Amino acid sequence: MIWLTWRQFRVQALALLIPLVALAVALIWTEPGLAHLYSANGLNRCAVPGDCGQRTTAFLTAVQSSKYPLGFLVGGAVLYLFPAVIGAFWGAPLISRELEAGTWRLAWNQSVTRTRWTLVKLALVGLTAMAIAGLASVLVSWWASPVDAAGGFPVGHTQLGRFSPQVFAARGLVPIGFAALAFTIGVLAGVLARKIIPAMAITLVLFAGLLYALPAFVLPHLATPVTQVAPVTPDLTRDQVLPSGEVIVADKSLPGTWIISNQTITPSGQVFIVPQSSDSAFASACANPAQAECTAWFAGQHLRRQISYQPASRFWQLQAEETGILLAISLALAGATTWRIRHYHP
Amino acid sequence: MEAVIQTEGLGKRYGEKWALADCSLRVPTGTMAGLIGPNGAGKTTLLSMITGMLPPTAGRIQVAGGAPAAGAEQLSKVGFVAQDTPVYAGMSIADHFKLGAHLNPRWDMDLARERVAHLGLDQKQKAGKLSGGQRAQLALTMALAKQSSLLILDEPAAALDPLARREFMTDLAKAAAERSLSVLLSSHLIEDLERTCDYLIVLANGRVQVAGRVPDLLAEHQPASVQEMVLGYLSRARGNGETEVAR
Repeated sequence: MIWLTWRQFRVQALALLIPLVALAVALIWTEPGLAHLYSANGLNRCAVPGDCGQRTTAFLTAVQSSKYPLGFLVGGAVLYLFPAVIGAFWGAPLISRELEAGTWRLAWNQSVTRTRWTLVKLALVGLTAMAIAGLASVLVSWWASPVDAAGGFPVGHTQLGRFSPQVFAARGLVPIGFAALAFTIGVLAGVLARKIIPAMAITLVLFAGLLYALPAFVLPHLATPVTQVAPVTPDLTRDQVLPSGEVIVADKSLPGTWIISNQTITPSGQVFIVPQSSDSAFASACANPAQAECTAWFAGQHLRRQISYQPASRFWQLQAEETGILLAISLALAGATTWRIRHYHP
Repeated sequence: MEAVIQTEGLGKRYGEKWALADCSLRVPTGTMAGLIGPNGAGKTTLLSMITGMLPPTAGRIQVAGGAPAAGAEQLSKVGFVAQDTPVYAGMSIADHFKLGAHLNPRWDMDLARERVAHLGLDQKQKAGKLSGGQRAQLALTMALAKQSSLLILDEPAAALDPLARREFMTDLAKAAAERSLSVLLSSHLIEDLERTCDYLIVLANGRVQVAGRVPDLLAEHQPASVQEMVLGYLSRARGNGETEVAR
């Protein structure tokens, strides 16, 4: 069964491995340059927080003006795309190909039970997918570790740290869980659809939905966020004002955290909204946001910043929990697939 | 006489329709049995239940001493050549044989290789490039090399031209006799079966019309030929006015 599984799988395996090996070579090739940039800016030996902040800014500026953003982007994109490709091209055809071509009647009349036939296929191809996802994650995490250590890739007013929802699924253990999930979705979709192309389409749609839903609806409930409230004086020359009028005062004191929400609130606990220009006191003070009157006006508002976040120390806990959930769903899907095959008939 | 296939009140219903109903059979060990009936008579349904590919709605079934497809040991006792003789298009003949060797405990590689050599086929050839007749031969070779005690074939000669059909049937009868196999094969053509089979099951409208050893059937009814006898049963089945049953 192992021989047959490998014989039927080798073309798809190689088709995926070749681009991945190319990516690995590119990452290994460029890693020393990024690591050098990190140490050249003295980030590996800074001790005083203020000093570190300056060096971090210098390092990130240097990164942005180099070729490394491409590596950061491609590395992350590959870890997101890999499970989708696994689901559509390894998972979906695994059994639907047999059902569509009728070869299941040949396969299931050899001296191997359907259960064993299914389990060997699921285990061999599924574990291969998980192993590759794990290796890719280790490689990308290693490559990006200088940027991750500096708080993440700078985008606008914020940084995409390794704990941010966008990057979280492309670091650590989670890619392994997503590879398993996409693969088992693909296999079960194939068994139910009995045709390759519809199975691939169903797999991609379902996987994209889960990729969005899990970080949005499940991950925030795995651990109660920590809330931090501290006085703050917004500076309109520096801080971001949303179209709704809310002001977001970025926080640099919480590197490596996952900031779930960041709001500026009034003493009564309401969300602070920048007054319309018809408000005379504000309008005259902040006609030029850079002048001292504007700062004084904001100081007089006694605003506070309320941040809800997951501390950096919970990174691996949440990684393990999300991966555990993904693997549990995958196991359930694999079980359903085996059950369906045992009871399959035309 | 021991029975290699025994069914009792076997039936399969799809929705409201019985594709096969009240089928009780006792096919003796060591016979070459032919299952004959028009298209849609329920032949594939019966063979699918005998091989365990399809669960019955009613009745009991025993094949080679066990329940169909119940475990690896039971699977190894029954060789099956499915309708349209499915093979892996992208795999060579040699790959199919390797598959057989890996998946069956008593695989006879010499037999497999000798048969394709005798047929003049190159083992490196992809199965998808074979003609219908060659594919049927590959499927038969796979089933024979498995060294099962019972061989079941569902319309194995359907894709073949008349000459190839005759050769295939002769070849099958010879292989079965050499290895003292029990064989059950279906066809909608009497010519396929009358020369080679010593046991006949006539199926029409989802019911067994008659089943028995060919000499016994001939002695009982004294028709001019097997063909005439089978046609007699089939026309009576049609005359009974039973509704046509889908396969």
